Amino acid sequence: MEKYLYIALFAPLAGSIITAFFAQFPKTLFTGIFTSFLIFVSFISSMILLNYVDMNTVVNVEMMDWISAGNLSIPFGFVVDQVSVIMMVTVTLVSTVVHVYSIGYMEHDESFNRFFSWLSLFVFSMMTLVMSDNFVGLFIGWEGVGLCSWGLIGFWYKKHTASWAANEAFIMNRIADLGMLMGLFLIYWNIGSLQYDIVFAQIVNLDISTVTWIGIFLFIGAMGKSAQFPLHTWLADAMEGPTPVSALIHAATMVTAGVYLVIRCGEIYVLIPEVGMFIASLGAFVAVFAASMALVNRDLKRIIAYSTLSQLGYMFVAAGLGAYWIALFHLMTHAFFKSLLFLGAGNVMHAMDGELDIKKMGGLYKAMRPTAILMSIASVALAGIYPFAGFFSKDKILEVAFNDGSYLLWGALFVGAGLTAFYSFRLVMLVFFGEKVHEKLGFHPHEAHTFVIYALTPLALLAIVAGFFEHSFHEFTTQLLANYEFTLDHSVALVLIFATSAMALSGIAFAVYKYKRGGFSENIEQWGVYKLLSNQYYIPKFYEEVIMKPFTALSRFAWKSIDVKIVDATVDMIASIIYGAGEKARKVHSGNLSSMLRWMVVGIIALLALAIFYRPMV
Amino acid sequence: MITLTHYLVLSGILFSIGLVGVMKRKNLLMLFFSTEILLNAVNVGFVAVSHYYGDLTGQMFAFFIIAVAASEVAVGLGLLVLWYKKTGSTDLDTLNMMKG
Repeated sequence: MEKYLYIALFAPLAGSIITAFFAQFPKTLFTGIFTSFLIFVSFISSMILLNYVDMNTVVNVEMMDWISAGNLSIPFGFVVDQVSVIMMVTVTLVSTVVHVYSIGYMEHDESFNRFFSWLSLFVFSMMTLVMSDNFVGLFIGWEGVGLCSWGLIGFWYKKHTASWAANEAFIMNRIADLGMLMGLFLIYWNIGSLQYDIVFAQIVNLDISTVTWIGIFLFIGAMGKSAQFPLHTWLADAMEGPTPVSALIHAATMVTAGVYLVIRCGEIYVLIPEVGMFIASLGAFVAVFAASMALVNRDLKRIIAYSTLSQLGYMFVAAGLGAYWIALFHLMTHAFFKSLLFLGAGNVMHAMDGELDIKKMGGLYKAMRPTAILMSIASVALAGIYPFAGFFSKDKILEVAFNDGSYLLWGALFVGAGLTAFYSFRLVMLVFFGEKVHEKLGFHPHEAHTFVIYALTPLALLAIVAGFFEHSFHEFTTQLLANYEFTLDHSVALVLIFATSAMALSGIAFAVYKYKRGGFSENIEQWGVYKLLSNQYYIPKFYEEVIMKPFTALSRFAWKSIDVKIVDATVDMIASIIYGAGEKARKVHSGNLSSMLRWMVVGIIALLALAIFYRPMV
Repeated sequence: MITLTHYLVLSGILFSIGLVGVMKRKNLLMLFFSTEILLNAVNVGFVAVSHYYGDLTGQMFAFFIIAVAASEVAVGLGLLVLWYKKTGSTDLDTLNMMKG
């Protein structure tokens, strides 16, 4: 089985490296097909491993020693257990679809080959992240996906906004990574190892305050990667990247790495329920906070990005309350329908020549029926309607919140579910139905390639049926993860399910009803609430005024006053003294033997004088 | 009575004469003469000290210096002849190809 592990891990890397050699050349279709094929191979290997792993068999290999100095020993080790194999299958499946989709989506891009190289490298980093059996390997993957995210958000680096967004994402993640590193240092300091099994076995022996700090620091890392408040602004700006990137990295895989970390460290968080409660509360807050911003946004991709943010909040609620398998389940189903939604949005965006304002679309159903159907499926799944995937996972999260007795969290998630349904169908209605605004503006939409549509069908299928795997999923993952005990009455649970479904349905119905009649009137935009939401609660503005501007001023001061006037001046002075001395002394080199001899004599006399008069202290 | 001091003073005087010659003379041939004076000044010192201490090492060294000086002059004169054929002058001031 080790063979399959290595294939699953290294096939994407091989694709990336080989494709990188073609990066400078104009488009060669081969690179797209080749990398897609290798990712598919990786997917097949992951599936084989999924079948192989069970209660007693976990694949754990140590590829080689990596760092061993003194007591520190960190091998390159990989583990395929119930959690990582689920992540592997999810990641490779979505990646395969996204790769095939990108062949169509990027077909006219001059950097076609470079795109596939980055994308495959991302898959490799993500696989390293989920498969590593120690925290250092996880951190390497963590940074690797950050780097690839940077390269792909800023893929169209000639566009200023794109490179700005790439840097923003990278810097925000760096801030959070510092927290994560502190957590890793604390673990190493107190336990002396970074292997998962050793750490989790010994964590119970530690002081509770130390464990609390470890939990907090690790969660700070997770907050950055998963774009939780207050480090959330980068995710919406990251939509500057190509749409397949948004689907793969900023919806399905990378942003869920934070959730994965919390799930993986479940045995740490079990010991510190206060931190878990904080995680859950933050998650619930973000779930509503992000959903509210999605209500009014007019940018197709940003709406979906906020929706991702909100769903990540849901996952953190489950993870924070200790229902790790449910968090993982929602992570998986969300990966399917959210990437489907994004890729559909990519089709729409292409059809509209890159236009993203949903108010300028309308009535696209006629021109692009398959995409419309796929996106509707994804939206229904996102809204959480039976029998679609989102229903099962999201409903479970609400149940968990209720079961835990945190009715406030439950209330927030309940409202969030209604908002989710509303904004999803606001998007669908404005884009595909209603008045054909795009005709007036002179757009001629066309459907994407047939193979692109076919590539999306696996995701659509999973968005519909993934929920029915709930029981086997539960059985499979709880072999490793702590089980979550429901103490709710069956009837109460049933009432909850109906209430949530009713909430979601009414959200959908309201959106359909309202936008069928032309939507809200224009003067809603004058409302204070609307302005607050459409400006993202003025948080980006706040960051700019309070952090960026003073920091820029400080940097400018350090540059103009400290660096130029003190540091540079000192270095320049030393250089100019030596230079000036050389300028003066070069007269000695007249080439005239007599004067050279004279200088020699002077030297001899000086040395003699030194020898005679200088007595070193003995 | 001639003591070691006399010899050493003689050696010093000879050395100074040679040094002045090396610094002042512009003719390459004269430079060679001055060099010989320098070397032989040292020889006088070596032999005198050797005799005074009764140690033959100094005298042996003087022979070495004489041999080395002879070969040095042979090579030097050869180069000098070549230089004269090339430029028609043995003036030291024309020898400044290494000017920096």
